[in-house]
Amino acid sequence: MPTPTVFMPPRHYLNDGYGIKSWLLTRDHKRIALLYLASVTFFFFLGGAMAVLIRVELATPAGDFVTDETYNKLFTMHGVMMVFFFLIPAIPSVLGNFLVPIMIGAKDLAFPKLNLASWYIYIIGASFTTYSLVTGGLDTGWTFYTPFSTVSSSSNVISAALGVFITGFSSILTGLNFIVTTHRMRAPGMTWFRMPLFMWSMYATSLIMVLGTPVVAITIVLVAAERLFHFGFFDPRVGGDPVLFQHLFWFYSHPAVYIMVLPAMGVISELVAAFCRKQVFGYSFVAFASLAIAVLGFLVWGHHMFVAGISVYAALIFSILSFLVAVPSAVKVFNWTATMYKGSVSWQTPMLYAIGFIGLFTIGGLTGLFLAAVGLDIHVTDTYFIVAHFHYIMVGGTIMGYLGGLHYWWPKISGRLYNEYLAKLSAAIIFVGFNLTFFPQFVVGYLGMPRRYHAYPPEFQVLNVLSSAGASILGVGYLLPMFYLMWSLRYGKIAGSNPWGAVGLEWTTTSPPPTANFAETPIVTWEAYDYKPTVEHHVA
Amino acid sequence: MSPEVAHAEAHHPALAHHFDSLEQQSEATTLGMWVFLVTEVLFFGGLFATYMIYRNWYPDAFAAASHELDVTLGTVNTVVLITSSLTMALAVHAAQLGQRKLLMTFLILTMILGAVFLGIKSVEYYHKFVEHHIPGPGFQFEKEYVRHAQLFFSLYFVMTGLHALHMIIGIGIMLVMLWWSWNGTITEEYSSPIEISGLYWHFVDIVWIFLFPLLYLIGRHAH
Amino acid sequence: MWTGTPLFPEQASTMAGRVDNLYFFLLAISIFFSLLIAGLIVFYAIKYRRRDPNSVGEVFHGGMLLEITWTVIPFVIAMIIFVWGASVYFAMSRPPDETLNIYVVGKQWMWKFQHLDGQREINELHVPVGRPVKLIMTSEDVIHDVFVPAFRVKADVIPGRYTNLWFQPTKPGRYHLFCAEHCGTRHSGMTGEVIVMEPSEFQAWLSGGGPEGSLASAGAKLFQDLACNTCHRPDAQGRGPVLEGLFGKTVQLQSGETNTVDEAYVRESILNPAAKVAGGFQPIMPTFQGLVTEEQLLELIEYVKSLKALPQVQPR
Repeated sequence: MPTPTVFMPPRHYLNDGYGIKSWLLTRDHKRIALLYLASVTFFFFLGGAMAVLIRVELATPAGDFVTDETYNKLFTMHGVMMVFFFLIPAIPSVLGNFLVPIMIGAKDLAFPKLNLASWYIYIIGASFTTYSLVTGGLDTGWTFYTPFSTVSSSSNVISAALGVFITGFSSILTGLNFIVTTHRMRAPGMTWFRMPLFMWSMYATSLIMVLGTPVVAITIVLVAAERLFHFGFFDPRVGGDPVLFQHLFWFYSHPAVYIMVLPAMGVISELVAAFCRKQVFGYSFVAFASLAIAVLGFLVWGHHMFVAGISVYAALIFSILSFLVAVPSAVKVFNWTATMYKGSVSWQTPMLYAIGFIGLFTIGGLTGLFLAAVGLDIHVTDTYFIVAHFHYIMVGGTIMGYLGGLHYWWPKISGRLYNEYLAKLSAAIIFVGFNLTFFPQFVVGYLGMPRRYHAYPPEFQVLNVLSSAGASILGVGYLLPMFYLMWSLRYGKIAGSNPWGAVGLEWTTTSPPPTANFAETPIVTWEAYDYKPTVEHHVA
Repeated sequence: MSPEVAHAEAHHPALAHHFDSLEQQSEATTLGMWVFLVTEVLFFGGLFATYMIYRNWYPDAFAAASHELDVTLGTVNTVVLITSSLTMALAVHAAQLGQRKLLMTFLILTMILGAVFLGIKSVEYYHKFVEHHIPGPGFQFEKEYVRHAQLFFSLYFVMTGLHALHMIIGIGIMLVMLWWSWNGTITEEYSSPIEISGLYWHFVDIVWIFLFPLLYLIGRHAH
Repeated sequence: MWTGTPLFPEQASTMAGRVDNLYFFLLAISIFFSLLIAGLIVFYAIKYRRRDPNSVGEVFHGGMLLEITWTVIPFVIAMIIFVWGASVYFAMSRPPDETLNIYVVGKQWMWKFQHLDGQREINELHVPVGRPVKLIMTSEDVIHDVFVPAFRVKADVIPGRYTNLWFQPTKPGRYHLFCAEHCGTRHSGMTGEVIVMEPSEFQAWLSGGGPEGSLASAGAKLFQDLACNTCHRPDAQGRGPVLEGLFGKTVQLQSGETNTVDEAYVRESILNPAAKVAGGFQPIMPTFQGLVTEEQLLELIEYVKSLKALPQVQPR
C-alpha cells in the first residue's frame, strides 16, 4: 500500500503576506474565517465565564454570591453574548467562510470586501455590547421584553441593543454573500445536487439570516426609540401593546435558533459521511429537510408565547406548526443513523462529536415535543425545563457540531494534526460534563423552578448542585482544546492534503490551501461523497 | 467570444480576480442587490406590520392624526420621487448605451429631485414641530385622541425618518456613481454599478409609494 | 441531603393529573426514541468499526420506503401529541361556569390578591379545596406571571389588560406561587404561597372580612365619588347607558360591531371611553385614565357586575 506523500506546501494562505495589515485588510475568506475564529472564541469564553458565575450562585438556594441585580445582569449578558456573538456567527462565519468557496470550487466568496466588512461590523457591534457590559451591564434578559426594557430597567439597554443591532448586519451580509456565492460561483460541473450537504445547510441558514434578522433589527430600533423618546409603541399607558414586542422579537428569534442549529447539522452530515466513508443516506431528503426547517421555522414563533395572552386558536395553530417543524429534523437524524449502517466507522475525534451531537440533539429535539404540546408547555414554560431544552440543542447540538467541525477541518485550516488522545479525552469530558450540567435541569424545571431566579426554595438544591458540578467539568472540557489546538499549530504533525481519506473538494487541495484555493479551477464530474472502493483512490 | 475580447475582458480593470468573467460578476452583484433589497423589505415590513396593527385598533385617532399631515406636500413629494425614478431609469439606459454625458445629467437630476424630496420633508417636520405634534412631553392634540395620536406620530417619524435615511444614503451612492461616470469607470461593458444603484433607488421610491397612502390618506375621500 | 429532594411535583389540582399523564406519554416516547437512536449509533459504531484503514463504507439503495416510513411515523406521533396537548389546553382555558373569582394585581415585586368580599392579601392566597377558582389578573407596571407548579397553571400578568387562569385545588396544603416572567431586580423574590383550606376553614378565614367591606360595595362608593351616577342612571334618563343588568350582555356599538360587556370592556370604557361607544349614545364620557388605580378599577368592575337588571315597569 503506497504511503501518500504528506507535505506542507511552501506557499499557502497563512504565509501569503505577513504583518498585521495583511490580516486586518485581507479579502481572503480563509483569513477572515480566522479573524472570526479569534473573536467568537473570545466571546465564548466571556459568556462562559458568566455561566460559571451563574452556576456558582445557583449551588446554594440563597442569593448569597452576587446581588440580585448583578445576577440579572449575569444571565442577560451570558445569553446576549452566547446567542449573538457566539452561536449565531460561529459555524457560518468560521467554518462557513472558510469552506463555502472551497467546497464549490470557487476562488473566494462573491463579495470578499463585504465579507471583511461583516467582520468589522461584528467587532463594532460586539464593542458596543462589551462597553455596555463594562459600564454596568444589561439586566433585561437577552429577550429584552417590554415594558420592562423600555420603561423600567435602569441598565444599559440602549447601548446593548445598539450592539446587537449592529451585529445583526454582520449576519445579514454573511448570509447575502453565501446565497449569491452558492447561486453564481459554483465550479463547472458542480450542480446543486452534487454539493456537499454542508452547503445546503449553509444556504438554508443564509435564507433565515437574510429574512429574519432585519425584523429583529427594526424591533430593536423601536425599543431604543421608545426608551429614548418615550414613543410608546409597547407602553400600554399610551395605547401600545407590550405583547406586540414579543411577536416582533420572536418572529426573528425563533428562526434564529435554526440559524444556530442548521449549520451544525451541516457539519454532522460531513462528519458522518467522512468517518463512515460513504454517501450520506437519503442525500436529497437531508438537503430538502434543511430547506423545510428554514421555511417552517418562520411559522412557529408563537410557541414562545403560549402563556403570554395569545388567543386559544392562535396557540393551537402555532402548536401544530411546531410539531411539523420537528419532522424534518427527525428525518435527518434517521438518515445519519442509516449512514452508519455498513459504514466504515472511524472513532476519531470528529466522529465522537458527531455521535454525541446525534444523541444529544435527539434528546433536545424530543423535549421540544413536550413544549409544542400546549397543555404541557403551560406548566414548563419559563422554568428550567426550557433552559435544559435549549441548552441540549445549543450546547449538546451546536457546540458539539462546531467542535466536531473544528477538529475535522483543523488539518485543512492549519496544515497540522492535533493530539488525538487529548482530543478524545476532551470530547469525553465535555459529554459527561454537559449531561451532568443540564439533565438535572429538566427535573428541577418540571418541579417548578422558574428560570432567571438567583434564589430558590431549598428543595431544589440537590439538583442545582449536580448541575453546577457538571458545569465545572464542562468548563474544563472546553478549555482543553484551546491548549492542544494552539499547541498543534507549532508542534503538530504535518497533516497533508487529506489526512482523513475523505471525499470533498476541500481535500483535493493542499493543507493549508493556497490563497486562490486551487491550483486550477476544478471541473466536477462526480457525485457528492463519491467514495470509491478503497480510499487509496483519492488520498493525495 | 473572440480571443481578443476574452483577453481584453480578462484584464478588464473592473473585473475582480475571483470572478471568471464580467458577466458572472455583474450577475452576482445584481443578485446581491436583490437579496439586499429583500432584507430591506423585511426591515420596513416589521414597521409596517406595527403600523397596521395600531391603525386597526385605533382607526379614529389615526384618521384624526393623519389629517394633520399636509397632503399637498406629500403629493408633491410623491411626484418628485416618481420622477426621480424616471430619471434614474434613464440614467441606467444611458449607461448601458455608453452615453457618458447623458448618464451624468440624469444622475444629477436624480440627486436634485432626491434633495428636493428631503427639503420638503424637512419643511413638513418643521411644521410638525411648530404644531406640537412631535411625540414627547410637548405633544399636544385634541383631548379625545391624544394618546393614540401620539402613537401615530411616533410611527410617522420612525417610518418617514428611516425612509429619509435611506434617501440620504441613496444620494450618497449617486454621488459615487457620478464620480465613476465622470472618471470613466462606468462604460458600456461595465454599467452594472449604475443598474444596481438604480435598483436601490427604485426600492426607496416604492417604500414611499406605500408610506404615502398609509400615512397621509387615511379616510380622505376624493371630493 | 437526599431527603427533602423531591423529583416530581405533587399533584394538587384537577388538571395536574392530566398534564402529568401527557408528560409521561411524552417521556415514554422520548426514552424509546433516544434509546433507539443512541443504541443504533453505538451499535453501528462498534459493529462497523473501521478495521482496515483503507476501507470505505458500503452504499445501499432502496431508501424511499424507509424515508417515507420515518417521515410518516414521526408525523403521526406528533399529531397524536398535538391533539392530546390541545385537549388539555382547551380544558385549561375554559373555566367552569361557576368559579370563585379572585382579583390579582402584580407589581414589582409583590402580589396583591383581592377577594370579592373585601379580603386583601399580599403574597398569600387563601382558597378553598374542591371549588374552581378563577384568577383575574393585571399588572401595575411590567409583565409578571403567576405560576403555581402544584396546580400546573401559569399565565402572564400584563399591564393594560386582564388575563386569567383557573384551577380547582384537590388537596389542602401550602403551595409555591412564583412569578415566572422576568420583571427586574427582585424577580426571584416575587414569590408567594397558595394556601388551600377545607371549605369550612376557608369560610371562617373569609368572614374575618376586609376593612372596607366587599369589592362591590367599595365600588359603589367610588361610583358616587367619581360622579358616574350622574350619567349612568338606572331610569335611562341619563346621558350614558343603563348599567343595571348590563354585565355579561352583548351590546351593539356605535360602529355597528357588537361587543360583550366583560371585565376588559368595562375597564376600557373607563380608561378610554371613545374606543367602543355604545350604539345610540354620544361619545361624551370623559376618560378616567390616571384618576383611578388598578384596584379601584376592580372595585368598579365588581360593582357593575353586582347591578342586577331592574324589573320592567309595565305600562298600564
